[in-house]
Amino acid sequence: MRKTNPPAKTSRRSFLRDGTILGGAVLAGVATDAQAAGDENLPPNVPEWMKTPGDAMGSQLYGAPSPFEKNVVKNIPKNLKQYISASGRTPLGDLDGIITPNGLFYERHHGGVPTIDPAQHRLMLHGLVDKPMIFTMDDIRRFPSQSRIHFLECSGNPVYTKPYGKTASDLVGLLSCAEWTGVSLKLVLQEAGLQPSAKWVVAEGADAAALTRSIPIEKCLDDAMLVYSQNGERLRPQQGYPLRLLVPGFEGNMNVKWLRRLHVASEPAYSREETSKYTDLMPDGTAREFTFYMEAKSIITRPSGGQRLTAPGFHEITGLAWSGHGKIKQVDVSVDDGKNWQKAELQQPILTRALTRFRLPWHWDGKPAVIQSRATDETGYVQPTLAELLAVRGDNHFYHNNAIWPWRIAETGEITNANA
Amino acid sequence: MPMRRTHAAVLALAALIYAAGTHAQSPYGIGRAATPAEIAGWNIDIGRDGQGLPPGSGTVSHGREVFEQQCAACHGDKGQGGVGDQLVGGQGTLATQKPVRTVGTYWPYAPTLFDYIRRAMPQNAPQSLSNEDVYAVSAYILNLNGLLPADASLDAKTMAAIKMPNRDKFVGDPRPDVKDKACMSGC
Repeated sequence: MRKTNPPAKTSRRSFLRDGTILGGAVLAGVATDAQAAGDENLPPNVPEWMKTPGDAMGSQLYGAPSPFEKNVVKNIPKNLKQYISASGRTPLGDLDGIITPNGLFYERHHGGVPTIDPAQHRLMLHGLVDKPMIFTMDDIRRFPSQSRIHFLECSGNPVYTKPYGKTASDLVGLLSCAEWTGVSLKLVLQEAGLQPSAKWVVAEGADAAALTRSIPIEKCLDDAMLVYSQNGERLRPQQGYPLRLLVPGFEGNMNVKWLRRLHVASEPAYSREETSKYTDLMPDGTAREFTFYMEAKSIITRPSGGQRLTAPGFHEITGLAWSGHGKIKQVDVSVDDGKNWQKAELQQPILTRALTRFRLPWHWDGKPAVIQSRATDETGYVQPTLAELLAVRGDNHFYHNNAIWPWRIAETGEITNANA
Repeated sequence: MPMRRTHAAVLALAALIYAAGTHAQSPYGIGRAATPAEIAGWNIDIGRDGQGLPPGSGTVSHGREVFEQQCAACHGDKGQGGVGDQLVGGQGTLATQKPVRTVGTYWPYAPTLFDYIRRAMPQNAPQSLSNEDVYAVSAYILNLNGLLPADASLDAKTMAAIKMPNRDKFVGDPRPDVKDKACMSGC
């Protein structure tokens, strides 16, 4: 039986779980606290987990995180009217690097998560092709494969109206990034033979919403993929098992999950999801349609809303930047409420349409501060402020909010949303 | 039994010949041809112009019954919304601070109603309504929005002929719509 002693209240672990910031000052403070608490597992004592063998091989056939990380889970909004068509968020403030663990990848589904037997799943390809075709999952996996790292982001992440989220996850947690493996959609389309009048491919999911979105043929012949694996393992049911469409840089819902049908057509389907939903209402009552791209954006994930700085001194500022239009070229960080900005260091690799991790070393003087990040992508596009977006789009635009989100740090070290 | 076996063998041979023909045309020779019957069973797409709408029809009055049984629990007895979206009303609100996006105010094409209801509604049993019931409940929702008279009946032709009030209010994607320079100091 595994021992999972909960950590003492003042241990380093509880600082971690509280989401506070690691730094020399904090770590230095831990030893003092621990000695005061008389924790038997800290120096000079030998920890109990060294005095007895650990779990035997095979105690977990599919590994799970440490029980001490049990609070790092998907962020599911409370009190929704229903949970069949709903979304769950990635806990961005608790994660490092650029790859989202599969179990924490954000979810958005419109008719629940189906349980699909891959042996009974088929992909139908028809419409303006020389030869309508049906593929089994074995067929799909016989095509030449490729693996690429791309982000996915829900188009409504976040909306423009208050109340604004308290944490990075509440705000922009409908964002994740993975290494995807599958086949280039172009190869599969060529297998059926595209006719010259083919301009759009209408993709349909095998879920209870039979979710339908139309993808321009240029995208289908560029970097679109039919994906069956994510971060090395088969897709999770929540991500479209056994097959999903991936259209890198396009809004999340177009990456149709549980993909069962591709209808090649001369015009879009004008489905409910691309007319009455996922269109962007302007103040004058008109609405933008087919707004596919997710524009350049960034967010500081640490320190961020809901976390707390425990002491003045050194703190690393880190976060994520991304653009549906390509690579991130530059991320600037301001620690003085937007008056002055410094270039952050970008972690390699910097990949097209993937999350990019940025970092800036910072010495907090213990006074109130507002920190924020601003991304520039390889097209030269600069992430705007919320005020700038609201001035053009109004506050009922709902989708594609890529504003800068500043965090306010109080003298107590508490961090809140500075736009709230 | 022998008869059946022979029949199966002939079918298998035919399939092989067919598959061989397929391989000759395609770069990788992966997958098989989809039959017209298979496509007909799965292709539930309805174009904005009504292309693909099936035969049959439904009346507003029958639609009211279907709506009460299948839809009202989530969308309200008059389509005013609840757990599900508001379907009715909101006329004149799109350009205000509190826009109400309903079938009547926002949806650009009536045939999309048929497409969406058939594929996704009711949420607890999608693709369970007959085509007649889908026509009828579409007619009722359009009637509640003042877009069809109470004695009307809807079929492929009449549904495609409806001009939705918001049809011409959709525009293309003009982004980037905010163009900034990255100010570095004294901003």
